[in-house]
Amino acid sequence: MTEHEQYAEDLALYALDALRGEERARLDQHLATCAACRLELEQLRGDTALLALSAAGPRPPQRARKRLMDAVALEPRVPVLEQTSTGRGWWGWLGWAATAAVLILAASFWRENVTLKETLASASSQAAESKRQLEELRQIAAPIIEPEAQRVTLVAARTPPQPQGKAFYLRKRNSLVFLANNMPALPPQKAYELWLIPTSGNPIPAGVFKPDAHGSATVVNPPLPPGTEVKAFAITVENEAGSLAPTSPILMMGAGE
Amino acid sequence: MVTGLKTGDQSAMAELYDRYSSVVYAVALRVLGDTGAAEDVLQEVFLQLWRNPSAFDAARGTLASWLAVVTRNRAIDSLRKRRPETDIEDVVLSVAPDLAAEADRARVAEKVRGALGGMAAPQRSALEMAYWQGMSHSEIAEKTGEPLGTVKTRIRAGLMALRKAFQT
Repeated sequence: MTEHEQYAEDLALYALDALRGEERARLDQHLATCAACRLELEQLRGDTALLALSAAGPRPPQRARKRLMDAVALEPRVPVLEQTSTGRGWWGWLGWAATAAVLILAASFWRENVTLKETLASASSQAAESKRQLEELRQIAAPIIEPEAQRVTLVAARTPPQPQGKAFYLRKRNSLVFLANNMPALPPQKAYELWLIPTSGNPIPAGVFKPDAHGSATVVNPPLPPGTEVKAFAITVENEAGSLAPTSPILMMGAGE
Repeated sequence: MVTGLKTGDQSAMAELYDRYSSVVYAVALRVLGDTGAAEDVLQEVFLQLWRNPSAFDAARGTLASWLAVVTRNRAIDSLRKRRPETDIEDVVLSVAPDLAAEADRARVAEKVRGALGGMAAPQRSALEMAYWQGMSHSEIAEKTGEPLGTVKTRIRAGLMALRKAFQT
């Protein structure tokens, strides 16, 4: 019996919230390190959704709708421009990085404006000011761009780290950037392969990658047929050299948002 | 519609309620067997979605199935008089292609009921006790007088039979 088979029955109970005590704690520990079992758990939860959808009954009374809409009216919300980052890996970190970048740019433009007004006064002082600005920007950006910087992601304490991938695809420029984190390490001869699944036709190889020691990886502008209309992206495990067609089950998949 | 919620659009909330409230209410009523308690869960589930629409990830399944699972979990918490144990953001379902079309929910329900009807009575009963009554496997074993291992095997086999029904 493999390790995963050993957990198969407990995973089903876990998906139903029917596993308690030590057995649940033991499985929690295993799930924190096993992507295959996390994937199986998601599938089992999908199976339980089928059970939920089998429920049939009368429609809720009209008063329930009024009660909800009254409560909603009492809680007006400001538009959410960015997703909140609770338990969502380093997308929150990227949000901070983006905010920092915007602040840096804004500060830079403001200073540039001031500097231009002073240009007539002294060309040499402008050069000094530019140098100072550059140094300042470098210092502000250092924690974000320096390779040796420590990057810490804070997530909800009881959420096991989930593998995540984000693909940014711009069809008109045939440009693709893919970022992943919390990816489990693979055996030496294996690598992850990203697939572009077009609206019609077979999956197209979109880059092979291996996560670093922190489970992070990127794929930038892999060769792709121009103008491909994408339906989804997916990830499989393949041999290190990559494959022309997927040879193993899909581990991760996502359609457009 | 979820995008509308993110912009704080109350009419998007009303539309979403009109489309999905029957699913949510049916699940809550099935668990709780009491219309008042089911209405409370209905209110709570939709309000949570209003407050945090980003909790639902469209890349991971349909809104109908996500709402159904969130409702079941909340209803079980209510039934067992316990504080909510699962944050709605923790409810992650794999993509279920057969559920992509919301209009097919009646067909899906019919198919599930068919799969359940095809199971041996003890297997269906174990699965339903765990799902609709929120019983642990040891509670089920105690109630039915069957060994723990048998209960575990029955529940997993039941879920696998359901999955198979949607793969063929």
